[in-house]
Amino acid sequence: MKSESLQARYTLNHPRWYRKRVSTYWWLQRWEYLRFVLREVSSVFIAFFVVTMLAQIYALSRGLEAYAELQNWLRNPFVVALNLISFLFVVFHSVTWFGLAARAVVVRVGGKRVPEILISGGHYAGWLVVSAILAWFLLGG
Amino acid sequence: MDAKPSHLRLEPLLWILFSAGGVVAAFLIPVHLFLSNLAFPLGWLKAPDYAHMSALIAHPLVRLYLFVLCAVPLFHSAHRIRYTLYDGLQIKHLNEVIAVGCYGGAIIGTLAAGYLLWNIH
Repeated sequence: MKSESLQARYTLNHPRWYRKRVSTYWWLQRWEYLRFVLREVSSVFIAFFVVTMLAQIYALSRGLEAYAELQNWLRNPFVVALNLISFLFVVFHSVTWFGLAARAVVVRVGGKRVPEILISGGHYAGWLVVSAILAWFLLGG
Repeated sequence: MDAKPSHLRLEPLLWILFSAGGVVAAFLIPVHLFLSNLAFPLGWLKAPDYAHMSALIAHPLVRLYLFVLCAVPLFHSAHRIRYTLYDGLQIKHLNEVIAVGCYGGAIIGTLAAGYLLWNIH
């Protein structure tokens, strides 16, 4: 071996990562992506619901007049539209969440995994029962 | 990684709150939103009067329930909004600001709920 070859000069390799620029609007390119983003956006409407809930509690604590005032505010067309959109998003959250739960929850009966449809079906049944109980409480028993 | 170990320990808790909030929101919010924000004010269903609502909220268990209904979904929302801004709009350089804003908002909402429900009547 010649010493010449050992003295060859090496320069460190600095590879640049090849990263394709992703458009800010990547989620508009496919329905699956859009559905994913819509599911994530449902969280904004959940937060909005909590704000209206807090407003209701505050109005209740302030008395009859404040409560009536809040009911009036809820009749404002803009607020009604916002609540209708919120309702759609919140239901979308429930549906996607139950679908997700069916994937995540693994229940075994007699060594066999309970099929996803039964898990999500159970969630929907529970949803119905819970909703009925809450409606019964709110509607005055 | 070892620069901010506190973040690593906080993440599981935030995820548990996200998950719990998702469950609470999925099961409970649709019926509340439909009745209290649409059906009652718009007269689709006969709205409960003020006295009935006051009687309901006077019960400690109802107030505890309302606290959970408000607080836990807020952390669910905070977590999702944080990651939607992070991935969706690719605002990665503002990660700290967004995280503080989202979870901070959830904490403020939780404190407001606690304060209001604790001080009723």
